[in-house]
Formats: sequence, C-alpha cells, structure tokens
Amino acid sequence: MRDRFYATADELVGADKRIAVVLADIGVGRMPRSETSHADRVINVGIREQLMVGVASGLALTGFRPIVHSYAPFVVERPFEMLKLDLGHNDVGAIVVSVGASYDAAANGRTHQTPEDVAVLSALPGWRIYVPGHPGEVDQLLRAAARTDERVYLRLSDQSNQLARPITPGRLHLERRGRDATVIATGPLLDATLEATADMDVTVLYMTTARPFDGDTLRASLTGDLIVLVEPYLVGTSSAEVATALADIPHRIAAIGVPNVEHRKYGTWQEHNAAHGLDPRGIRARIERALSPIA
Amino acid sequence: MRATIPALGYADLRRLMDQQLGDEKHTPSATSTLDVIWVLYDRILRIDPDRTDDPDRDRFVLSKGHGPMAYYAVLAAKGFIGVETLRTFGRYDSPLGYHPDRNLVPGVEISSGSLGHGLGIAVGMALGLRIRRSPARVFSLVGDAELDEGSNHEAIAFAGRVGLDNLVVVAVDNRSSSYGWPGGLAARFALEGWSSTTVDGRDHAAVERAFNVEHEGRPHAVVAVVESKR
Repeated sequence: MRDRFYATADELVGADKRIAVVLADIGVGRMPRSETSHADRVINVGIREQLMVGVASGLALTGFRPIVHSYAPFVVERPFEMLKLDLGHNDVGAIVVSVGASYDAAANGRTHQTPEDVAVLSALPGWRIYVPGHPGEVDQLLRAAARTDERVYLRLSDQSNQLARPITPGRLHLERRGRDATVIATGPLLDATLEATADMDVTVLYMTTARPFDGDTLRASLTGDLIVLVEPYLVGTSSAEVATALADIPHRIAAIGVPNVEHRKYGTWQEHNAAHGLDPRGIRARIERALSPIA
Repeated sequence: MRATIPALGYADLRRLMDQQLGDEKHTPSATSTLDVIWVLYDRILRIDPDRTDDPDRDRFVLSKGHGPMAYYAVLAAKGFIGVETLRTFGRYDSPLGYHPDRNLVPGVEISSGSLGHGLGIAVGMALGLRIRRSPARVFSLVGDAELDEGSNHEAIAFAGRVGLDNLVVVAVDNRSSSYGWPGGLAARFALEGWSSTTVDGRDHAAVERAFNVEHEGRPHAVVAVVESKR
C-alpha cells in the first residue's frame, strides 16, 4: 500500500497544481519525479509534526490541496490539536495519510503502535476515514480524496487482501449474502474474515470507508439480528455507529478488534493478530460464540 | 492596495474596546497588542475590507488569539465589521468570541485561541503564496508567553532554514513568559536565521519602520516591547 501511495501521490503532484505534499522526514525521497520537477510542492519540514499539520492548514488557506504523511502515531496523535483546530476549526481540508497501522511496526514497540487512530479521529467532526484493504484501493481512494476539499484520513497498512474489490468510496461493499448474521469486515481483515466464515451462512459487508459510516447499506443488507464488526484497530471503534444506524431495529453487536490495553509486545503484526483474535481462527471462534444460542 | 479611508481612527480604539465587556481577564493582553495591530492595519497591510477573499491580499494572523478586543476594535475602525457588533462580544450568537473565528468574522484569517498554532499556519500560508509567486506577505502576531509553546519553535526554525522572506512575525513582549527569554527574543529569532529588531511597541513610527526593514532571503521578526504585565 505504501509504495502505491507514493506512486499515486507522485503522479497527482505532477497532474494537479493544487496538490502539495507535506512531510516530516518520513517519505522523503519516495516521490522522485515530484521532488525533482515540483520541489516547491513537496515540502519536508523535518521532524516537526505539529508544524507539518500547521503548514498544511496554511497551504489549504492559500488554495492548495495538501497531503500530509507520516507514521500513524506522529501524524494523528502527536499533532492531534492541530488536526482539530488548524484544519477542523479553521474549516479547511487536507488528506492525512498514515503508515504503520495499529501494530504494523510491532517490533518498534508501543511508541510506534497506534490502534487508537480511527477512534481518536472519529471524535472530530467532518472527517472522512478510509481504510483500504489493497493497494489498488489506496490508489482509488487517494484519487477520490484529491478531487475534494474534505478532511480525509487514509490509513495504510502492511496487511493486505489478495484482491482489490470494486468499492465505492463512502459505501459498504456487499461481498457475500447469507442468512444467519451480518459480518462487517474492515480493510485488510477481509481475507481473514472470509476464511473464517467460509462455511458459515452469513452476509459479509466490506468496509473501506469507516467514516461517515454507511448505515444505509447496513440496513439494506441486514441479515439476522447479529452484527459482527471486525476492525483492525481498537475493538468497538464502530459499535456506536452500528447502534445508531440500527437504533429502531433489535440487534446484537459482537465487536472484534484490538483490545484497549497498554501493549508491551514486539514481534510481528501476524503474531499480534493471532494474540488478539484477529486471525481467521480467532475471528471464527468469536463469531461461533456469538451465533451460539444464549444459555 | 491600501485599506479604505477609515471613518474611525486610533483615538477611537479605546472607546471601541470598552464596548466589549466580559473578558476583562484578558484586557492586559488586548491592550498590549493594540498599537502594533493598529499600525499594521493603518500603514502596512495591503488589504481591502470589501475584498477579503483577494488571493493576493496580505494576511494578518493573530496567533495569540487571547484578548481579541483590540483586534475587533481595529477591524471595526477599518470597516471589516460593524461597530454595533462590538457590543455583542461573547454572547451566544455573536460572531465575536473571546477568541476569534475566521468562519464568523470578515477579515479574520485564522481561528485562534489555543496558543502555538498561528505561526505554523502562517508558515504554510507564506509557503503557499511563495509557490504562487504572489506579492502578498504574511504577518503573524505572537506573544512572548505564547512562545513558551514548543510548536512555535518548530515554525521559527523551519522558516529560517528555508528563507521565508514573505513572513513577518511581530512578537509582542510584555514580559509575561513565566521564565523569560534570556538574551532577548530578537536573539532567538536571529539564531535561527531571521532578520530581527526590537522596538518600543507603543511608538507607531518606530513600529512602522521596523515592519519596513529590508529582509530579502530571510523572514523578519519585530519584537515590540510594551509595559510589563506583571
């Protein structure tokens, strides 16, 4: 995903004079055409993430469409007040693109792990949050974001599905119809969810736009009273969105995601997925429990 | 272009400020900025209250959003907002809050109040204008205590390194920083490659001269010293 982001951003800078990329050392040298031919619109501010977002705001206020990029903890959490005020309260847009989703950089430890990112940004109004599951979707969503002036968060991950889906930005994609439950698989967890539910009679919806949440498609596709929410970030991040969308419909929610604890494990994202029940085996076990009759 | 001929002048500003009641805690903050904001709007900024969306207008960025009564008074005197609006200061449905909102007040360039945000935005504006080869300049007002916020120093260092000469900072120094700035604020900016000068923040002619200093290839800082808040 990360390579595709750089390639598409490089192309966008060349094609659209409004596009300006703001970096804080991360990503420097990865957009060679732009950094040579349009060096004034590929701005590296050094390791100054608060400034990175402030500069993006100033660029937007002077007519540009900034793309801001770094590791998730450094582009979401460290400059959070700049995202809230410099962009949000000033009512200007930017495309914030992160790498290092949740524990992609697991061996780097907690300082580089941000399973909170979508929950944190969801607390701010007016953000569109994209969680692609394949490099092809990164390209599509980045181009869609570049055509608007919205505040967009594009969350890239080392984890990826085998195939891109024909997604529509803003919409849940109907992957499979079933009868017993509705499973919402988010971004790079689609393949694991499909493997986990291969012999289950459940509807699977694929979510690449986490915010605004597509409650209309969920209601139209609803199967049974159980909604299983599979998210690669903090467990239950979208539970309130599901509950709001189904406020007048009796339902149950089983949320699968990263537990909200102080993480002190290193290793790989595969090991973290297994530990948190986000591999096919863990997802299947959780869905089976949720489908079992209540004793 | 210069602002339209003002119907009101400097002598009216205190009266206009006095119409804005309720945030007396920040009166010292407001009065400390009054003269430099007046000089900017009266003598320096190329802005027109009838064309606040002119892409080549100069930008005034009140980073220190505290105590905007002086700012609002100058905006009213220069025809950006109605004088009658001043009496609504701080009310629920007023456009004039204790910290300014660019979405509510014509002529206000950024929404500010939380310290340490405006200078970074001003750097982005100056970069944007430079990319577009606009002749416009960006003037950002910060306070000496606001400079305690580390985010300012990200902006100061970077602007100096990239020679952002369409950026001017006016640092109003009323000695309100808890631990002060040994060596003086001007030296801090100079260390980062800025042109810098220190003036009496109440001397309009001196402040004007300071804003007009040539600073090709470097951003410029005007440290405007006013009476101590302590």
